Amino acid sequence: MTSDHLLILIPLAPLLAALAAFAVPRAARRIGLSASLIMVFLSLWLGLKISAHGPLVHTVGGWPAPLGIVLRADGLSALLLLAVSVVGAAISIYASAYFGAPAGTAASRQSRFFWPLWFFVLAALNAMFVSGDVFNLYVTLEIQGLAAVALVAMAGGSDAVHAALRYLFVSLTGSLFYLTGVAVLYGETGTLDLAMLGEVVTAGSPSIVALVLMTGGLMMKAALFPMHFWLPPAHSSAPAPVSAALSALVVKGGFYIVLRLWFGPFDDLVSTAAAQLIGVLGVAAIFWGSWQALRQSRLKLLIAYSTVAQIGYLFLVFPLARSADARSTVVAGGLVFLLSHAAAKASMFMAAGNVLRAVGNDRIESLAGMTRWMPISAFAVGLAGVSLVGLPPSAGFVGKWLLIVSALDQRQWWWVAAILVGSMLAAAYVFRLLAPAFVMTADDFRPQPVPRIMEWSAFALAALSVVLGLFAWLPAGLLGDALSRGTGP
Amino acid sequence: MNGAPLELFLLVGAALFACGAAGVFRDAEPLRRVIAVNIMGSGVFLLLVAIAARGGGDRPDPVPHAMVLTGIVVAVCATGVALVLADLSGGEEGDDDDGERS
Repeated sequence: MTSDHLLILIPLAPLLAALAAFAVPRAARRIGLSASLIMVFLSLWLGLKISAHGPLVHTVGGWPAPLGIVLRADGLSALLLLAVSVVGAAISIYASAYFGAPAGTAASRQSRFFWPLWFFVLAALNAMFVSGDVFNLYVTLEIQGLAAVALVAMAGGSDAVHAALRYLFVSLTGSLFYLTGVAVLYGETGTLDLAMLGEVVTAGSPSIVALVLMTGGLMMKAALFPMHFWLPPAHSSAPAPVSAALSALVVKGGFYIVLRLWFGPFDDLVSTAAAQLIGVLGVAAIFWGSWQALRQSRLKLLIAYSTVAQIGYLFLVFPLARSADARSTVVAGGLVFLLSHAAAKASMFMAAGNVLRAVGNDRIESLAGMTRWMPISAFAVGLAGVSLVGLPPSAGFVGKWLLIVSALDQRQWWWVAAILVGSMLAAAYVFRLLAPAFVMTADDFRPQPVPRIMEWSAFALAALSVVLGLFAWLPAGLLGDALSRGTGP
Repeated sequence: MNGAPLELFLLVGAALFACGAAGVFRDAEPLRRVIAVNIMGSGVFLLLVAIAARGGGDRPDPVPHAMVLTGIVVAVCATGVALVLADLSGGEEGDDDDGERS
């Protein structure tokens, strides 16, 4: 198979941008914006290439698999790379205004650290999505974890440092569990390559132990209930662009690897009971996260708990995609849901950042009259809310719809009940935000001005999460038969 | 390999990992947790080195060694970040404001 150098450029572009932004802080903003543009271009190029020619492979340095590092990309990789680059570009644009505050303010000091760390996160995510072996995935997990922890700590202050420290410990423990799983797997099979593992993994206790260790570690990374406790403080105490990046993109990394493992090398090994169990954890996440979101008095904490709930839906893919017939529908549904959540949640956190900038705090009652004094951000919250609740025609609706249809087909009605109750809870917490926004306030209320670009980037992502629902066949088509039985990553 | 059988190394590695994991989950003091994570890491590295020797013969498998080396680099970086944060946080992890854990 021909070696494709595009696969090297994908992680290399953000990595070089991170180093450049670190070396030349004065140009960091320009470097970041141009690199974001390049990343969108590269991921589009990759997407087109994969939809035309199928999966791509690159052996780094010409060293083949058992010893060397193999990069691979299929429809699933391309889809996630597109999500990261598009949502990432919107976050970069938002951040360029957010950290462009007058010199001497906290935001302008943070700017120096934001750009390099943010591009390290992007580099780790991009490398993760093209990695073809389980140890490489470990390295990307660690880069992503360390950079994300530093981004949380960047806000300074006792809350942020404590949240970052706790995030760091969960993240390190999670990756060490994963690494132990990799060690056991290597001891058993003698290979780290995902495609080769598919051929040599045999049923037996070492393989099961490896799968449990890896999945457990990744659950911590993905903040699946009951390992979600670190997420709300970490995501809510970070600066707005960081919260957006963490909630929209970073938690999806852990989910992606579980998806690769469960529907890749371990496909025949996973029992129905295990798949049902991870689905039950997903349901618990939906209920617990939504319930906690209803109880919060701070906007950013509410949005963070909503992330805990929305991650739960992603894990419903595992019990529902066990049957070979349903797999492509369910995985497409899960991925459309993931894309919709990435855009909607980033938009929500951006809007929350705008509110914080405008009125100086993020208490939910501070949203009072928001439709009058900040109509664009208020509209963004509304649209993102439509997608989070899953109302038609949003992509959130399409994702849930595909899951529900497939669950009914397989007579697993309990997941349908969970999705419906979860959607009602989501509607309840979204209305907690929208209700005060429509309250009439005195005309003389003058909030601090917020840069227009911050409002419009929040709006653009919210609109994307809704409009994507009308074009949901695009990601589903790109996904193709990735992850179906018998095709390697 | 002379002396101790391979199983002993595997068992000690697993035991170190378990002790470290228990420490990370149980302890509240950042410094103790940093050490616990490092003990966990050492457990994994021992497992990997034992797996490398398992093939027998006079040449151990180089791949797990490369993994251990990478792992050590990551562990050093992570320990550095953790120590800086632990220093900034000034001791015990504070009260949580997320309202579900005390």
